[in-house]
Amino acid sequence: MKISQNWLHEWVNPQTDLEEFCATITMAGLEVDSIEPAAGEFTKIVVARVNSVEKHPDADKLNVCKVDAGGEELQIVCGAPNVREGLIVACATIGAVLPGNFKIKKSKLRGVESSGMLCSEKEMGLTEQADGLMELPVDAPIGTDIREYLQLNDTIIEVDLTPNRADCLSVAGVAREVATLYKSDLNALETTKVAVGTDAKLSVSVTAKQACPRYTGRVIREVNTQATTPLWMVEKLRRAGIRSLGPCVDVTNFVMIELGQPMHAFDLDELKGGIQVRMANVGESITLLDGKEIKATENTLLIADEEKALALAGIMGGEKSGVADKTQHIFLEAAHFNPLAIAGKAREYGLHTDSSHRFERGVDPELPLQALERATELLIGICGGQAGPVVEQTSKADMPQRKPVQLRLERINRMLGIEFEAADIESILNRLGMQLKKQSGGWLVTAPSFRFDIAIEADLIEEIIRIHGYNNIPRKLPTYQPTMKPLVEAEIGLQRIKDILVERGYHEAISYSFVDPKWQAAIDPDIEPVKLANPISADLSVMRTSIWPGLLKAVSHNLNRQQPRVRLFETGLTFVKQDGELVQNAKVSGAITGSIFAEQWSTEDRKVDFFDAKSDLEAILSAGGLNDVYFEKAQHSALHPGQSAKIFKKNQAIGWIGALHPNTQKKLDIDPPVYVFEVDQKLLLEGAVPVFKPLSKFPEVRRDLAVLVKQEITVEELVKSIKSVTSEIFQEILLFDVYTGVNIEDGLKSVALGLILQGFSSTLTDEDVEKEINKIVTVLNDRYGATLRE
Amino acid sequence: MADLQDVLKQAQQSVNDSTDLQSLDEVRVKYLGKKGEFTAQLKELGKLPGNERKEAGQKINDAKRAFQLTLEEKKQQLESAKLNAQLSSETVDVTMPGRGQQPGGLHPVTRTMNRIKELFSDLGFDVAEGPEIEDDFHNFEALNIPSHHPARAMHDTFYFDANTLLRTHTSPVQVRTMEKTEPPLRLIAPGRVYRCDSDLTHTPMFHQVEGLMVDTDVSFADLMGTLDRFLRLFFENEKLETRFRPSYFPFTEPSSEVDIQCVMCEGEGCRVCSHTGWLEVLGCGMVHPEVFKHAGIDNEKFTGYAFGMGVERLAMLRYGVNDLRLFFENDIKFLKQFA
Repeated sequence: MKISQNWLHEWVNPQTDLEEFCATITMAGLEVDSIEPAAGEFTKIVVARVNSVEKHPDADKLNVCKVDAGGEELQIVCGAPNVREGLIVACATIGAVLPGNFKIKKSKLRGVESSGMLCSEKEMGLTEQADGLMELPVDAPIGTDIREYLQLNDTIIEVDLTPNRADCLSVAGVAREVATLYKSDLNALETTKVAVGTDAKLSVSVTAKQACPRYTGRVIREVNTQATTPLWMVEKLRRAGIRSLGPCVDVTNFVMIELGQPMHAFDLDELKGGIQVRMANVGESITLLDGKEIKATENTLLIADEEKALALAGIMGGEKSGVADKTQHIFLEAAHFNPLAIAGKAREYGLHTDSSHRFERGVDPELPLQALERATELLIGICGGQAGPVVEQTSKADMPQRKPVQLRLERINRMLGIEFEAADIESILNRLGMQLKKQSGGWLVTAPSFRFDIAIEADLIEEIIRIHGYNNIPRKLPTYQPTMKPLVEAEIGLQRIKDILVERGYHEAISYSFVDPKWQAAIDPDIEPVKLANPISADLSVMRTSIWPGLLKAVSHNLNRQQPRVRLFETGLTFVKQDGELVQNAKVSGAITGSIFAEQWSTEDRKVDFFDAKSDLEAILSAGGLNDVYFEKAQHSALHPGQSAKIFKKNQAIGWIGALHPNTQKKLDIDPPVYVFEVDQKLLLEGAVPVFKPLSKFPEVRRDLAVLVKQEITVEELVKSIKSVTSEIFQEILLFDVYTGVNIEDGLKSVALGLILQGFSSTLTDEDVEKEINKIVTVLNDRYGATLRE
Repeated sequence: MADLQDVLKQAQQSVNDSTDLQSLDEVRVKYLGKKGEFTAQLKELGKLPGNERKEAGQKINDAKRAFQLTLEEKKQQLESAKLNAQLSSETVDVTMPGRGQQPGGLHPVTRTMNRIKELFSDLGFDVAEGPEIEDDFHNFEALNIPSHHPARAMHDTFYFDANTLLRTHTSPVQVRTMEKTEPPLRLIAPGRVYRCDSDLTHTPMFHQVEGLMVDTDVSFADLMGTLDRFLRLFFENEKLETRFRPSYFPFTEPSSEVDIQCVMCEGEGCRVCSHTGWLEVLGCGMVHPEVFKHAGIDNEKFTGYAFGMGVERLAMLRYGVNDLRLFFENDIKFLKQFA
């Protein structure tokens, strides 16, 4: 809400400076967003009259004017399209300085002398745009300084009002608030009843009483819509951010800004029969003022006549029924609409107007009659005409009820952590215009009609500290019984996982949870991603089913910026629809590419491979223990078929690891091989409380076996088989070499295993060891045809 | 038989002539070995008459000891020279960098959230989490933002369908926690939130930390004290001024926005604070009775406060990051600065 300081001062004028004033209202919840001068900085611009206009001899678009600026007649060359004889204008005289430090000097324009400049509103910093010279009223006194004439030494204060403070969406509202804060007198507007000059009236029938508990209106006949809105009103509207659109609309807008009551003026001759306030029939169409045709949806409140819809109530008028140049007689409306009937409706139609902004937040239900009188008075003053009698339809039962609100002193003090006395509270509430009725422990408080936002005790408590001053409340730390909380030792914190990856050279990435459908399809082509109905852009339109798309985008971003070595991880939710249910799974995901180490001296440089990624993955899995973890060769559409595995923990699949498939790389336009992994957080973070096993006092024995097996036999299979036959002396198995090539038959590989054995009750004998080794050799031979390598 | 003194002289000369431990050892064997010169001298003693034997033996032993002393000295000298040579040959340029894997780092948003979590954890606040795809009830209705509420227009919500959306704030976690846990409650809920807005100062995804405390006598004074303390500790500035400004949130009443003295200009006024000297960093208030009602908490028995803060904003102020969008580009050169 933009408000002119001069206008406000007509209502209330506390003795303070602008800075202090803005700080005070900001700290009372009326946040000052900006402070701007009402006009640009300029000097020596005066009211002047164009005495004559002649074509410039050497320029088509220029005119040579003789101008009376209060002294000697001036010759001024002017290029404005609307310059004409008799026009009263703003004239910058020699020595004037315009906004932007633009100095007016005597000059020659195409050979013709020019002693000044005729100004547009834009040139004086009044508006952003202008089509030509600013046209002043014929009675403007020639030679008067324009700053003085237009009272431009004014400040526009823009207040950012919260939705609950709709009572301040007017000069009257802000003035009331200022008077309360400064304990100043308020010069409230005295509205006089305009004498009725005609019997003409229009019947009003309200069927939607709940949505429109009060409707007032009157006919005004013989209105001269060609009249000019007085400059003071145009200027006040401009400073409130509203463009002048002719006297009828200007007056309704003026009253809205002044008092807070949105109004509407209809062209009486366009109305057939009386006014009907009713709910729309679904599909009923209306063309609005802005030329847009809309089809009414359910629960839309309309102002209609017998034949057609005239306006979207409280939001926007219709194109046909509005005041136009041809209009002779008008019907003026001031109504109270229930916020619930208007709220959300404008948005539904893609509209937002000054009227809907106010009605959906709430307007003082007692305002319509006063506003109607005020508008009538102003309108007749400008356009002439005769006012008809006021027609009012009020449904008492549907009018907002101002129920007294219970307020307890104990509750105030408990809620705020302060010790107020009853007198403090009464003084504050009195300043706010609240009516109090004392009762045990507190009061029954009735808010004035303009404070329609006050409905519960908490509303009053907020008012009390707002006026008392938030920063006058002592700052305390809460006191409470200290407690010890359960600490589940088997739970691993996600931070531990992050720390492990960071220690292993990973940077943490955070990418958007919505991704490019193309990237998503390159990773999970078989899953239909969850789509946003209103994405911000097409490349951020589907929810990720895996962290990989975002992470790989980050990899690509860095590769394209001369960073050939990338190690990134990310944690977060992924989103998949499963059997109609949306599943939001938290995952940990990693991607690596480039050299194993950052470039350094005297270390063999090699590119990362599958087993580097796997080592990092195992490192995070080991936080919860690797005993129940295993990997199975498996196919994933985004991964290299020969280098991809499913990860299992506690016999449940928890994720994937692999090299990106060359096709995936091509789709994502990533050149160097990238290795990725992704695991569900849930099982990853399940650990176990350690259980101590006694240590053996007897020496360990190590036996190394090199077995020849078919290449497709996995080490995991061999290890599982070995573990299935070993006895309690078996401790550990180490893989220390896998070899193919010279001396190994084609299709076979040599797998070298180190077996660690140890007795618990005695030193192992050669027989004990042989027995154990034989079992192992036998099972490997039985299951895989494995032979010992010579 | 050579003269003892000549032998000694010769022997000492040989020791001095030795240049390494091996040749020195050869000298030792030559004179002290079983067939060595001093051994030979001692063997000759038997040939002497008994009365001379003792004196002669004494002399030989003296000479032998003198030799051993020279030998030992030389040995130490040579050993020390050898060690010095070894050390010298093993000397490295200690200023060269270490080898191996260098650690990466946490994202600045995580770093900031961890800091917030840690500070509140000292006050006994637990961490709670919730879904990011939310239903209308938890994101709006239960927080006293019915469908027609003007506040909805300020939320720029991403929708999937009429009832399903991306949470616009972390406040639904409050509701979900209150639904299933009895007070007293002290929790913070950090996480991703989404708004359909993208420009220089807005990204469609960002992070918030929500805080909630519910107990029998939680007051606005407690809320102010807690946040004032938090902000001073977070910015490690005991003199940091904070101010509480009345505001409006449908789910709290009284509501407040919290400004800190601008950390860039220390309140003098600069571009970052739009020359006001203040920066808005937090929203907070006392839990609205309607919110308690939706969550099934007795509004008379309990009072509570809630607050919410934007993590990126705090991170930008703390680390001086000047462009919000950098947080989500994941440029290693950016991420490295927080490692």
